[in-house]
Amino acid sequence: MSRAEALDALAAPARSRARQWLSRLEGPQTMGRGPAFWVAMAAVVLAAAVYPLFSNDYTVGNAAYFLVWTFMAMGLGVVWGYCGALSFGQTAFFGLAGYAYGVITINIGSAYGLTWLALILSVGLGAAFALLIGYFMFYGRIKGVFIGIVTLSVTLVLETFMAQTAGPQWAIGTARLNGFNGMSGMPPLTVPWFGGDVVLYSGTALYYVLLAMVVIVYLGLRMLLNAPFGNVLVAIRENPERTEMLGYDIRLYQMLAFGLGGALAGLSGALYTAWGQYITPSSMGLTSAALPIVWVAVGGRRDITATLLGSVLVIAGFQALTIYGSQYALVVMGALLVFTVMVTPDGVVATLMQRLGRIFGKAGR
Amino acid sequence: MTQILQVSKLNKRFGGVTVARDIDFALDEGAMHCLIGPNGAGKSSFFRLLLGEHAPDSGTITFRGRDITPLRSFQRIREGISVKFQVPGIFKALSVRQNLQIAFQHHLHGASLTETVRRVLEFTSLTAEAATPAGVLSHGQQQWLEIGMAVGVEPRLLLLDEPTAGMSPDETRKTGEMLHDLNARGITILAVEHDMAFVQQIAHSVTVLHMGAIFAQGSIDQITAHPGVQEIYLGAADE
Repeated sequence: MSRAEALDALAAPARSRARQWLSRLEGPQTMGRGPAFWVAMAAVVLAAAVYPLFSNDYTVGNAAYFLVWTFMAMGLGVVWGYCGALSFGQTAFFGLAGYAYGVITINIGSAYGLTWLALILSVGLGAAFALLIGYFMFYGRIKGVFIGIVTLSVTLVLETFMAQTAGPQWAIGTARLNGFNGMSGMPPLTVPWFGGDVVLYSGTALYYVLLAMVVIVYLGLRMLLNAPFGNVLVAIRENPERTEMLGYDIRLYQMLAFGLGGALAGLSGALYTAWGQYITPSSMGLTSAALPIVWVAVGGRRDITATLLGSVLVIAGFQALTIYGSQYALVVMGALLVFTVMVTPDGVVATLMQRLGRIFGKAGR
Repeated sequence: MTQILQVSKLNKRFGGVTVARDIDFALDEGAMHCLIGPNGAGKSSFFRLLLGEHAPDSGTITFRGRDITPLRSFQRIREGISVKFQVPGIFKALSVRQNLQIAFQHHLHGASLTETVRRVLEFTSLTAEAATPAGVLSHGQQQWLEIGMAVGVEPRLLLLDEPTAGMSPDETRKTGEMLHDLNARGITILAVEHDMAFVQQIAHSVTVLHMGAIFAQGSIDQITAHPGVQEIYLGAADE
């Protein structure tokens, strides 16, 4: 065997695995397949990519803000929509990672791309905390509505705790937690570059970074959900007893899904802090905890595409409504949730996608 | 003959109710055995004890020479036990093919997974329904699908809880043929069943449970001729 042939033989399994993962971009657990779907998706991404050319930096910064939240929404989609565990406390991981990003960056600074290290550590902290809570919940055989009660309690406890950290004694290194007023002054994400760091303030540059991250996370989740792991999550949602009696350690799968949801909520939290250089305990409060459930329910919790598109639309709508008052906007969100539950329980966007699929003869899954 | 399952001095109480009372039970490899008994005799509880859904108060369960009493349900399944529930335990929102893929993907991948799914679809006469959501199948087809899910990975012991409940006579007969076929392939079968005609069709031997304890054991002829069994179960069923 020549050297080239030997190298080829070594690379073949890796190529085969890569092909297998790419083939999972389409599958039974995600809507949308075939050239028409991917052309439409590419058009949406292209439109999002050219949008800053026709807008100003401030408006693009607001659009970046919408994208920040989509990771938490997709994570909740995995935990609730796919695995069947309604978490009312994704904001616990969001807030924890958001604060962690602030504490780490205030202490280690932003040189040499250290803000990215802070981002990774914060996401890791969110995931680790979710795995810990998930371990006690799922191995403690907590299920159904009690998962919502436990997770809501966790986020409210964290909010209450952070709200009383106003004194100077509540500091980690040089980072003051600042109680109810929240932390500020942390640096945004920075990219080391020749001739000086590129600072990703909440404008066009950050928007493009976030857009790329959304696309990567979305495609990654599609592959994961169509992999055997995703199949088992759906099986647990449909019939946990049967799934266990097929030989699956369902508690482990539930815990891992919850950890993934925590990591994605943590990513949203750290990016939120980097975006606005600001985070307060209210980010873990009741209102904040309830909103992701509205986004995901309205979009469609059982499909990651519907979750993503629905969340962006609802968040944008919510922001537009807050011009008229935040309480007013919350009432509309509540009404939207009631409408969804009563009229389109699968989610507004998911239902529309299913109908479009039928019309064009490509019924999704 | 080798014993695949041995249950020794198994006891379980829920408050004041005893669902398993000093049960000593053994099952030969390759057997087709039925558990019968009146309602509340402890048949389903015995299954749940075998599956690890309930932990016994005392006693041991040995499967293929290994004490599985401390193992959790999914670990017992991985040891080679499989189960079909009384109410079809399928994933109703998923297609028939997906149901089978999920059932087998733990053990099989790629081409062997695809081939096994095809083979089981054929065995269960569900090839034409492969893309159909499992929830819209007829009751009998749902039962067959679950049997297919339970046997695709060729377990050593198949537990069946009333496999013909709600089936038409034709479906019942076909299910009996399926079980004979599986048994011929080396799968030991232990079934809880009420339908005595079906028990006669499939069982090599029968155990009668009554009030959580073994009341009688023997061939189907011995059991049907047993006066005590007639009184507690067969006679009661006629009333």
